[in-house]
Amino acid sequence: MSWKPKHQRMALLGVALVALVGAVLLAMWGLRSQASYFYVPAQVESDPPAVGQNIRLGGMVLEGSLGQADDGVSILFTVHDGEAQVPVRYRGILPDLFVEGSGVVAEGRFTPEGTFVADTLLAKHDENYVPRELEEMTAAQAKAAVAETTK
Amino acid sequence: MHGYANPARFLKIARWLTPVLLVVGLVLAGGALAWGLTQVPPERLQGETVRILFVHVPTAWLGMAGWTTIAGASFAYLVWRHPLADIAARAAAWPGACFTAICLATGSIWARPTWGVWWVWDGRLTSFLILLFLYFGYIALSNGAAQSEASRRIPAIFGLVGAINIPIINRSVEWWETQHQRASITAGTSSIDAAFLWPLGIAVLGFTCIFGGVLLARMRAILAHSQAEARLRRKAMQP
Repeated sequence: MSWKPKHQRMALLGVALVALVGAVLLAMWGLRSQASYFYVPAQVESDPPAVGQNIRLGGMVLEGSLGQADDGVSILFTVHDGEAQVPVRYRGILPDLFVEGSGVVAEGRFTPEGTFVADTLLAKHDENYVPRELEEMTAAQAKAAVAETTK
Repeated sequence: MHGYANPARFLKIARWLTPVLLVVGLVLAGGALAWGLTQVPPERLQGETVRILFVHVPTAWLGMAGWTTIAGASFAYLVWRHPLADIAARAAAWPGACFTAICLATGSIWARPTWGVWWVWDGRLTSFLILLFLYFGYIALSNGAAQSEASRRIPAIFGLVGAINIPIINRSVEWWETQHQRASITAGTSSIDAAFLWPLGIAVLGFTCIFGGVLLARMRAILAHSQAEARLRRKAMQP
């Protein structure tokens, strides 16, 4: 069977593209943990980073965990990801979007006691967009309301 | 499909389709932006900055759609060797790069009040910045390549290989933990309230029409330019 030139080119390009996509997918799979921007509490628990090592910790601020430290300046809160929890201590100005139940990314390091001391806090917005009228709802309720209106 | 690859037939359609797309796009995008800026309620946590959504999301979509156009046209050029496909790929590069740059700029402006920083090197932001650099590379390569068929294949191959970045951008927020939020709209469900979703959808449609109109206008300009050059060359050959 003889192929027309354009069919040869199509087959050649197809094979090249499949090989390229395969190679890149393998590379991305290999990168999956290194390319993450932050650790989540579950990773911290299963594979604890070294004490004093600079890392980023990301997760949700546990409802009701926000409090003040004994020094009266630092704030304490707990970051969780539904599986594990990490106590965090931070001294500085809080971002506007920092509220209990919302996402946060903290840069800092672990103390030997297992507390995460953050130098910088970045608020993390989630994928839910809800008008202010629905403000009193928690994130989960708001998500349900949105799912209801945009079904 | 091959019927429309005929430049004369293409020009006949593009001549009326270009202004139609541009006018419809400007009306839809302008309306959606006016609606988004004045009528939409502030978001629960972001407040007023949510309005950047109506520029950020359409430009993000078109930055990626622009490269998908380059890749698709490059594939068609490499297989069928039709000059019009090469022209389509070349025409998509600048508008795609502009939308990518606007997306990065608006995202950065949104990130400052929302996250507290202008920029982070997470998977989504980094892969999107790479998209902008890929556009610059493609434009330089395409401008540098002479008009012979053999050398036009080089930017076409680059356009095809660069397309691998598109699924990486799309999946980055799922594969890796990122500062950027996950996709709000996935296969039929949306976590964006209807108050934001409607103007957003119309803005996406409008910006897409503008992109289509600019693409056709640029293809016509490239065709006219090469025709003018061919005519000059013929004239120079005459004794």
